[in-house]
This record gives sequence, C-alpha cells and structure tokens, in this order.
Amino acid sequence: MAEINDKIEADMVDQKDAPASVAPASGIAPMNMIQALNSALDNKMAEDASVLSYGEDTGYFGGVFRVTDHLQKKHGLTRSFDAPISETGIVGTAIGMATYGLRPVVEIQFADYIYPAYDQIVSEAAKMRYRSGGQFTCPMVIRSPYGGGIFGGQTHSQSPESLFTHIAGLKVVIPSNPYDAKGLLISSIEDEDPVIFFEPKRLYNGPFDGWHEKPVSPWKAQELAQVPAEKYNVPIGKARVMREGNDVTILAYGTMVWVALAGAEHAGVDAEVIDLRTLVPLDIETIEASVKKTGRCVVVHEAPKTSGFGGELSALVQERCFYHLEAPVTRVTGWDTPYPHAFEWEYFPGPQRVADALKSVMTGGR
Amino acid sequence: MKNTPPLSLRVPEPSGRPGDKPDFSHLKLDAAGAVDRPAVDTTPADMRDMAFSLIRVLDDEGNAVGPWNPRLDADTMRRGLKAMILTRAFDDRMHRAHRQGKTSFYMKCTGEEAIAVAQGMVLNREDMGFPTYRQQGLLIARGYPLASMMNQIYSNAADPIKGRQLPIMYSAKDYGFFTISGNLGTQFVQAVGWAMGSAYKGDNKIAAAWIGDGSTAESDFHSALTFASVYKAPVILNIVNNQWAISSFQGFAGGQETTFASKGIGYGLPTLRVDGNDFLAVWAATEWAEERARTNQGATLIEIFTYRGAPHSTSDDPSRYRPGDEHEHWPLGDPLERLKQHLIKIGEWSQEQHTAAEAEAVEQVRAAAKESEAIGTLGQSRPSVKEMFEEVFAEPDWRLVEQRREVGV
Repeated sequence: MAEINDKIEADMVDQKDAPASVAPASGIAPMNMIQALNSALDNKMAEDASVLSYGEDTGYFGGVFRVTDHLQKKHGLTRSFDAPISETGIVGTAIGMATYGLRPVVEIQFADYIYPAYDQIVSEAAKMRYRSGGQFTCPMVIRSPYGGGIFGGQTHSQSPESLFTHIAGLKVVIPSNPYDAKGLLISSIEDEDPVIFFEPKRLYNGPFDGWHEKPVSPWKAQELAQVPAEKYNVPIGKARVMREGNDVTILAYGTMVWVALAGAEHAGVDAEVIDLRTLVPLDIETIEASVKKTGRCVVVHEAPKTSGFGGELSALVQERCFYHLEAPVTRVTGWDTPYPHAFEWEYFPGPQRVADALKSVMTGGR
Repeated sequence: MKNTPPLSLRVPEPSGRPGDKPDFSHLKLDAAGAVDRPAVDTTPADMRDMAFSLIRVLDDEGNAVGPWNPRLDADTMRRGLKAMILTRAFDDRMHRAHRQGKTSFYMKCTGEEAIAVAQGMVLNREDMGFPTYRQQGLLIARGYPLASMMNQIYSNAADPIKGRQLPIMYSAKDYGFFTISGNLGTQFVQAVGWAMGSAYKGDNKIAAAWIGDGSTAESDFHSALTFASVYKAPVILNIVNNQWAISSFQGFAGGQETTFASKGIGYGLPTLRVDGNDFLAVWAATEWAEERARTNQGATLIEIFTYRGAPHSTSDDPSRYRPGDEHEHWPLGDPLERLKQHLIKIGEWSQEQHTAAEAEAVEQVRAAAKESEAIGTLGQSRPSVKEMFEEVFAEPDWRLVEQRREVGV
C-alpha cells in the first residue's frame, strides 16, 4: 500500500517535517485526521492502563497510515504492539481481552480485510452481553480504514458498514473530520459495547469533496481541524448538522459529507447537510426534524446501493416523514459492482451526481 | 512425467460402518506408565515424541503406574469419581427430559466425563475455562447448582441467561466457565486473548480452552495456536479427540495422517497426548500444563484421546453412521469404571460405596429436577418477554425501546 500512502502524503507537503501522526502536546492546534486519532489513543492510553492497541504493523512501525505512530515508544511494548496477519486472531483475542476486563483497540488494516474476522465480530463480540445474560461484556473498538476515492481498487476501497449495521449488538461509528474523529474514538473506547470504527482514509490528510481534478486542500484550513490536545468526547448517537438549509435534507457520513456539501453548492440548492457520525445508534431525531422541515431527502454513500445503509435510511424517512415528503427519497450511492480501479471516478458518487439528484428532487423526483 | 496414472481423489473412511464389527486395531496405544514425563521447562523441540505417544497412568488391573502418576490422595480421587458419577446421572436425566418433551435439546458427554471433571478440579475457579458444549463436568465438579443448569435447559423464569440461549449453552462467570457459543472454534482464540490479558496485567490467572477434533479444522484453531505461541500466552489448549464430529470420523479433520497433538509442533508449542478415559492421566497432564502456564512459560497443547459414547445430540442417531456397539469396544474403556477399579484396588472404595454413590447422584439430580421443574419446563415458564430486548447493549437505543413497545412489554 506504499503507493497509496505516498499519494495521500503528497497532499500534505506542509506537514512533511514532523511525523505525520504525532499531534501537538497541548492546547488547540490544527491536526489532520491521523493526528487526531493518534491523539485520542495517546490520551486514553495515558489515562487508562486497560487500553491497549494492536494490529498488523501497528506497533513498532506505527501503522501503514501512521495512526498508531509513536504509541509503542511512548507507552511501551505491551501497550501498542504488532500482530500476526490474522484478522480472526486479532479480533478473537481482543474479545478474550475485553471479557477479561481490558479495553482493546484493534486495527484491521483495511475494512476490505475485515471479513476473516466476521464470525468473531457477528457471532461473538456482538452477542456476548446478550447471550451471557450480562455476565460477559465486550468493550472493544475495531478501527479500520475504509472507503474509496484513492485508486484502491477492489480490496482497498470498500465500504462494508451495512454488514455491521445489520447486526444487533454492534455500534458503528464513522467520523468525517479530525475534531469528531478524536472525540468519537475516545467515546468509542469508553463505550461498554463493541464499536466498529470506520475511518475514511480518503479524509486522513485533508477534506475531499469529490472534485478530484482540483488540488486537495489540507485539513489545516478547516475549522473542524482545530483539535484540543487534551481529552474530550463527541457523543455516540448524535449527528452533526454541517450546513443548515430549507430545501432538502442530505444524509451522509464519512467522505460523502464533503461531497454532499460540494454537490449542494454546485446545484445551488439550499440543502441541509447532516453528517450522521454514528450509524448505530442513529440520531433519528435530528433526521426526522430536518426532513419534516425540508420535505425532501437525498441519501449519499459510497457503498453499493442494494441493501446498503441508504436503504435503511430511506425506509426510516419514509416511515416517519411520509406526510411531509414532497418528492421520493433518493439515493446516490456506489454502483452494484465491485469497486473498480480504472473507473474510480465513474464509480465514486461525486458532487455532480449529488447535484443532479438534488435538482431532481427539487422538481418532484423521477 | 509421461505415462503417469490418472489422479484419484482420496476420501477418508472410518474403520467401521453400521453392521461392521468395531475395529480399533489401527490404534497405537502405549502401555500405562510407558511414557516419560519431561520437566515442565523442557523446550518444545525436545519433547516432540510426546505428540505421538499416549500418557497413561491406570493400567488394566487398576494400578496407578509410571512417572505421570499424580499421586492424588484418596479423598481427591473420590471427589473426582463422585463428580463423574453425578455428571453421568445428570446427562441421563436431561436426555430423558428431552424425550419427555420437557426441553428442545440436549447433549451428553458419556465417556468423556474424566476430562472436564479432572481439569475443572486442577484449575482454580479464578482461571477462565472456555468450554465447548461438552464440558458440563466443569460446572458439576465445581459445585454449580444443578437446578440452575436445568433452569437454563428449560429456559424457565429462573434461567440465569434469561431464555436467550439454546439449552446447554451455559454461562457461569463466577465458576470460571465462559459463555458457550454455537459457533465452533471461536472460543479457542478468545481463551488465548483472555490469557494475554492476564499476562498483560501481570495477573496470576490462566485460561483453558477446549475444542473437539472436528473443530480443529476451523481457522480459529490455527489462529489460536499462532497467537498462543507468538505471545507465549498462559493458556492450556485442549483438543478433545472423541473420534467423531457428528457423523464425520476424525479423519475428516486430518486425524488419519497424524495425531492432533502433533499439530502443536509446527507452532513451537509443547504438546502432550493423553488417555482421556484415565482420570489420573488427564489430571497429571493438566497439572503439567498448568504449572508451565502459571510460571510464565507459555501455552501447552493437549490432545485428549477418548470416544464419544453417546449420540452427538438428542437430534442425532449414530446407528446410521457407525457400528452400534463401537463404544463397548473402545480399548481405553470407561473413565468411571477405571477410576472406580483403582480406588477399590487401593482399598479406598468398594462396590457398595459405588452403588450408594450412584444412588446418591440420582437422588441429587432428582432433587434438583424437582426444584427446577417446580418453576417450569420449556413452554410452561419463561423469563419476562422484556428480556428479549435487554442487554443487546448496555443501554437500549431508541429502536429497541420502540420495538419493545410494539410487542407491548
């Protein structure tokens, strides 16, 4: 993955001097998403000896995306270490640790490689509290870079969130900016239940609005990159209204939050853009209030359309806001194909497709 | 490579099918006392032979012989024997309860009682056992209330896990008994993680895990051995080779070409292979592995060689895939009979005491059944339907609250 990493690194020339992932030690300072996540882990490991981190290449080397950089050096060999290349082993042992009483934060190098651990996640972590009548619990976090827009091809681009939102007992969290990334990761580590924490790798080094031919700006310029070095929480289960608007509600998460904002601007539509931040538990109140106000709803995600989380969102909006709707709920998503390499920008649901959908719902839909 | 014969696919076949005469002549069984006992700090490389031999203590005459004799006092052995008798009585009663329609499902451990009972007695209650569905002897040896086991089997109002699990999928944290999952092999790697957690914390607890011969084919078996070896986790990894995985003989898990114990060698783990119907041998091997784990020398893999005497479950009819009398011909005999014979031989037990102990066990099970059935059997009593929605998460989210209201509870 070195070439993908290099490509992302090239977007942040101004930060080349310092290790990518080491955050400022105090005060509020601009951080990219990698630094913010690193800072969250650093805060929690300093505060709580039961927090430890492991995964493939996450120890000495600090992770292929640098999220766990310097943690081993700072907190010790047994606090942040390397794991064998076995996703089921990583998650299975973490479940054992969590039931022992620790709070492991494990990394799956790419969400595309989480499937070997699927049995452990679905059959074990998710059901631990329920099936044991509360005797055993599983407070653990599975971090994993996810999403496309990086020429990652089939197995470095996937968005498998709906495979986890469908499972009772799992929480699913997806940040879209450094401030939320840190606060949500801290809340996830402190949560008493297993959390799947997907990190949009396209956003690691800067916001990306889908206009791929334009130069990418670094996080530094963004208000949401002003991150406190100290510990803070962003609550799980609360969405963030990124842009207030009156004409249409856009529901998005991860990279698509920025694409949605760009799409709304391109269409010239007064859209209310909601960053869901957590898919389970979902902030249904914020969604409902917004759609009842606007009367229209567009759902945007990178994952394929069929049985994607957008289907659930559309159904919920339809069930709860039916008499307020002035147009069909519309989904802008990845296609029902594997994620292709050469056709990156035809596959990736960019701002043009979002703008087209917005114009369509403003004229009553298809 | 001209003129090579056409390739052919080998499909393993067991030594006997229904109607055949049971044949165990292919088994290579060491005599009791014949296998050396390496020091606990022996390197795995220096004890590879252990994977291909069989640790046995009790000989055919009921003498405890050789270097693996754990030299237990008579009281401990009597307690072990009584726990095995109780386990068998419990199994018989619950198997009957299924036939009477009092529950939907049951699984016996007939012939395998020595394993869970001995190991449950060797390990501390603070250690965590990660059992399969066939180690009920762990609970029974540790004095877990039989009525609570039955309440779980009946899914009644007093079920400790609130009617959410299939019968026999017990969970008893306070007894060092991890929640049982239907998904095979998953607990093997979790035990390694639990042990890693204990080591990480500088604790003195160890973990023990069990897996059947069939489930060693699952990928979690490989992951467990890899992680146990890499991180030197304080865990005892037990493979209970009872020859059968439902209808598949152990050859389908790779047991025809080598021993299951030998699989530990490739992972650099010390490995023992033990007669599972010999209470004293199981005890001794477990004690060896326990000391190794407890002294920070890492994991041990133990193949426990036995025979599944009963049907796989109440839903299974073994007469359709193996000789009906195969269990009677198992060359390692019956674990209860063998310990009984030893205790009698050394003058610490008698047929009269044994008969009385069996009657007492039946009575103990009957009393527990009375207590449990007074609450109710399957369908007569159950936990509140509210419990269906509880403990999905620490706190229910709005969906669960709404759905619970929809059900009206």
